Amino acid sequence: MSTRLSKGGRLIDRAKRLNFTFNGKPMQGYEGDTLASALLGAGQVMVGRSFKYHRPRGIIASGVEEPNALVGLGRNARFEPDQRTTTTELFEGAETRSQNHWPSLEYDIGEINDSFYKFLPAGFYYKTFMAPQAAWKHLFEPIIRKSAGLGAVPKEADPDRYEQAYAHCDVLVVGGGVAGLAAALREGRAGKRVWLIEQSAHWGGRTPVDGGQIDGFEACDWIKATLQELETMENVTLRTRLMAAGQHDHGYVIGLESVGDTRPGADIPRHRLWRIRAGRTITATGAIERPLAFAGNDVPGVMLASAVRDYVVNWAVSPGDRTVIVTNNDDAYRTALALLDAGLSVPAIVDAREATHGALPQEVKARGVRVLEGRGVARVLGRKQVKGVEICAQAGEGGAIETIECDCVAMSGGWSPVVHLWSHCGGKLIWDAAQAMFRPDPARPPLGADGTAMVQVVGAANGDLSLAAAMGSAGLGACSSDEAPMMPVWQMPAGAPPALRFKSFLDFQNDVKVSDVQLAAREGYESVEHTKRYTTLGMATDQGKLSNINGLAVLSDALGQPIPATGTTTFRPPYTPISLGAIAGEAKGALFQPLRRTPVQSWHEAQNAHWEPVGQWRRPYCYPQTGESHREAVNREITNTRANVGLLDASTLGKIVVKGPDAGRFLDMLYTNMMSTLPVGKCRYGLMCNENGFLMDDGVVARLSEDSWLCHTTSGGADHIHGWMEDWLQCEWWDWKVYTANLTEQFAQIAVVGPKARQLLEKLGGMDVSKETLPFMQWLEGSLGGFDARICRISFSGELSYEIAVPASQGLALWKKLVTEGKDLGVMPYGTEALHVMRAEKGFIMIGDETDGTVIPQDLGLNWAISKKKTDYLGKRAQQRPHMTDPNRWKLVGLETLDGSVIPDGSHAPADGYNANGQRNTQGRVTSTYYSPTIGKGIAMGLVLNGPDRMGEVIEFTGEGEAMIKARITDPVFFDKDGEKQNV
Amino acid sequence: MSNAVSALQGATYQGFVTVSEAGLIGMISIRGDLTSKPLLKALKTQGLSAPAPRQIVTSNDLTLAWMSPDELLLICDHSAAAQRAQTLTEALEKNHALVCNVSDARALFRITGSKADQVIMKLSPADIARLPMGEMRRTRLAQVAAAVWRSAPDEISLICFRSVATYVQGLLETSARPGSELFEAAPSSS
Amino acid sequence: MLTLTCPCCGVTAEETEFAPGGEAHPKRFGPDSSDADFEGYLFARANPKGVHFERWRHAYGCGKWFLAARCTATLEVFGTYPAQTTAPPADVIKKIKTKRPEWEGYK
Repeated sequence: MSTRLSKGGRLIDRAKRLNFTFNGKPMQGYEGDTLASALLGAGQVMVGRSFKYHRPRGIIASGVEEPNALVGLGRNARFEPDQRTTTTELFEGAETRSQNHWPSLEYDIGEINDSFYKFLPAGFYYKTFMAPQAAWKHLFEPIIRKSAGLGAVPKEADPDRYEQAYAHCDVLVVGGGVAGLAAALREGRAGKRVWLIEQSAHWGGRTPVDGGQIDGFEACDWIKATLQELETMENVTLRTRLMAAGQHDHGYVIGLESVGDTRPGADIPRHRLWRIRAGRTITATGAIERPLAFAGNDVPGVMLASAVRDYVVNWAVSPGDRTVIVTNNDDAYRTALALLDAGLSVPAIVDAREATHGALPQEVKARGVRVLEGRGVARVLGRKQVKGVEICAQAGEGGAIETIECDCVAMSGGWSPVVHLWSHCGGKLIWDAAQAMFRPDPARPPLGADGTAMVQVVGAANGDLSLAAAMGSAGLGACSSDEAPMMPVWQMPAGAPPALRFKSFLDFQNDVKVSDVQLAAREGYESVEHTKRYTTLGMATDQGKLSNINGLAVLSDALGQPIPATGTTTFRPPYTPISLGAIAGEAKGALFQPLRRTPVQSWHEAQNAHWEPVGQWRRPYCYPQTGESHREAVNREITNTRANVGLLDASTLGKIVVKGPDAGRFLDMLYTNMMSTLPVGKCRYGLMCNENGFLMDDGVVARLSEDSWLCHTTSGGADHIHGWMEDWLQCEWWDWKVYTANLTEQFAQIAVVGPKARQLLEKLGGMDVSKETLPFMQWLEGSLGGFDARICRISFSGELSYEIAVPASQGLALWKKLVTEGKDLGVMPYGTEALHVMRAEKGFIMIGDETDGTVIPQDLGLNWAISKKKTDYLGKRAQQRPHMTDPNRWKLVGLETLDGSVIPDGSHAPADGYNANGQRNTQGRVTSTYYSPTIGKGIAMGLVLNGPDRMGEVIEFTGEGEAMIKARITDPVFFDKDGEKQNV
Repeated sequence: MSNAVSALQGATYQGFVTVSEAGLIGMISIRGDLTSKPLLKALKTQGLSAPAPRQIVTSNDLTLAWMSPDELLLICDHSAAAQRAQTLTEALEKNHALVCNVSDARALFRITGSKADQVIMKLSPADIARLPMGEMRRTRLAQVAAAVWRSAPDEISLICFRSVATYVQGLLETSARPGSELFEAAPSSS
Repeated sequence: MLTLTCPCCGVTAEETEFAPGGEAHPKRFGPDSSDADFEGYLFARANPKGVHFERWRHAYGCGKWFLAARCTATLEVFGTYPAQTTAPPADVIKKIKTKRPEWEGYK
């Protein structure tokens, strides 16, 4: 059993005890512990169940590669599943729960899956699809859903804060081990702007545990001195707990910083997502030790050899009293030394190699440890905890030579460089046969904006595993190592029969065994990417950090091809999982997206307006009074506007000034009709099409002076149309003398609408707004009631209407004044729905309702607004295409329901027969449909086949469900056909 | 007009820096050939000269910023903006130029404190640490357009569109919350 | 995510500060053009793996359109230049030729 040692532990502070719970059981650890070291220190060896077979699982590793020891952390809204205990720092009050079991960790019903492993082979999930459909729905899916999956998903909103930040540097060094420190020092001394980031809370990487000499100093002293020098450099930024998640194009690196993980509930961000733009990235991300594939290599107590010595040295935790070390390399002997130094027992070292002559084995042998050469582990004894190992010949089939009692097995199958950041953006790998690993190919690096390498690799990440080699690649010291060569071992023993291979795990997190990969190969999954998906090897939260190389070695063997021919799966960001909260950053709640506000917004809010989103604006849909439904409010607003006077906040309308000697010519190209002939002081309605000929935007243009025009656009279209104008001016007609300015936000615009509108304006005084001075479709500037106003007499409702623009800073005051002064005239504000109904009553089209990106002005009966004199305008050529001149294009008509009801939005008019896809043919569709309180029934506009030639005809539209609604085709102008109301 | 109000009427937030909306500010957009004699002369009558690309210069109570190869922004007193725009328009009447009073189209914020940079670092992809005094950077602030410059030691000024002033104030407040400082001291720009 | 240098204001910024605008140097065909010419203008766009010319707008900056020469495979940027031209400038062409000798040239 694991326990806390009485002495040592370079990272823990024994003076600071921390309380935490595991499955409700109170435990204690020390400041500096990870959850994993604290659990082991408290004697908790078994920490979870496996994904598929629900086998008991313990902690294997001491870093990000940990596949098993994932727990649910926290409670309620702060609960988070799948937290890696090996990298989660312990904090006071941490609540942890093990995963993948029912009813408890110790007694789990799902464990029965382990007895049926033969029926749950690679691809079993996909194979269930081949059964009858009913079997999937009623048998497989419920079972799979119940038994599979890593932790549970929290159900409440995340209460924590997250944020993002941008950083810029010449050189980003990733990894605070000795290679990274050396690289940062070199770049820092060269005057570069350097960021050095380290994912853990500590500098130095593995070296403080493994020891050695750097540059003539003890490694720990060198680390300390180097850090001190770096800290004094103003051009160097040092940052721990910051993990580089991905290397992207042009030196863009995403990093995740843990800020408040150990202080849940504190008023600080939990995570911070860094968006780092680096001239160059130097990755010093180290290497990850590989497990060995032997039967029972997943029994709690079997760990990576490096992790065993990490726990002993860093946290004074003994993973077991008696540790058998199983290895194929010299490095694992360091674990024996660490255990012996801590007073623990190493009954044997099982080395797959026939001979062990390296300095480390010699040192270990000299301390009296038995070294069994040419041997392997046939199987691990024990189920919830290691009880012993059966030793066999590595070359054989697993016949037991002897049994050694132990409670911990430390395994080492060699090391794999962490090449993720190198590979994310296209860096290629080469196979290093001597060390049995893929490492970066310096000839094929990822390329940056200038076409040169943007990533360099140093240290173990480059395959320079020994301290001497690592420092050599980081530019410090000679490059030599006295470690003897390792021997690749992909299955232990080499001739393991099926019974052993069925229990030799490759991917612990996904329960993928040697036998599964071999089965996939037999079933034809020859591509490593296909094998990954079929077997799930290398998937889920650890992304195969332990399993990938072993897995593809087994696959290569099964396919009878060399490992480089199989290749690796694609390395994709993030390196380790990052929180969704950090990805969202500040963009949540009120800041989810910009909400544009008009100068009158606060007044609308105070009136409890019901809102309608229009682009990023929120406009009042209607202003319900007490007890009023939205529909009642809309009807009241319409009736009042048609009888008295209404106010509309039209500030969102686009207002673009176009000025210059060529402005008229330019507008003639933009609009389908003629704007250059518009007299100063007058207004004209215009249409804009794109080069496909489709109607894109509309609005009233006012000619301000000889060389300047004010173009009104739709609310949603202002930015787009301004951009559209600039595009043509900058990229096509750059010799034309035209300037534009988007003044949308400079002005508040208020529409004063209704038969008493003139009276209201006259009450404000200061401007002559009579029919004679300001007739329909003209504009006037002046001081209206003390406000700097430009008034356009334009109407989108058919009523007498003035649109008053004042500087935005005066908008609220003008609105309030109109409300006050208009009280005895019956003034009421109206919202966008009343606006829509009133324009529909008048047969005015609305961009986005009558148009959908496939409609040309000719479809809408707007030929009167298309100049026949002009030789060219944007969209003209497209409108000459045969499909656009087809007489059978659907055309705009009005629709009046026979029973007075309202046709549902989006209704189609079916026609006889069926199309090639077996669907009903159609002869039209509704584009706008409303209840008109003015007419007292449902009115609509729609596009109908030969519509204008079918006036008076009754056709059917789809209603709710199966019901059909009969509607008569009419003129789209339902109200005041001669325009007498607006022309007063 | 006495009823004139700015977008946020001087709203202020005290975090690890102070964020405040600066109230009514006059702004005039000038589009034209920035090298043409009439334009330079028109500026000169206001006591101004055309800034170099990306530069922002202040003399007396006027600040003039280079916005694009054919656009300048003149920042002045709000009450004087309309008249000043009119004067410039008249001065350039015979030339191809466009002068607009855009005072009310925008909001101006001041971020004050030794860690002002850190607030912008959280919101803009621009390399703010390398932004020298006297240069304006037009950039993206989270999801909206903005322009920033160093208006005094330990002070960053920021302009955005009026309609998104509430959003920008929210961004700045969130980013300036105590406890979320990115660094103890200002990060080095070297 | 790319970084580009706007030739109009000189700012180097990341992709999110720009807006893409499709292939560079389109030749507009208007009302008197043939069906084939108009079809090419409206619909046909090159989509090469390798050297490509693109329209970009410095949307969050000076607002100007400019053009960029870029390798769509490696994302290497050969240069950016003002939009007021109907073909890539000679210095950009020369730079591409140096770096991509196999490139067949502009159009």
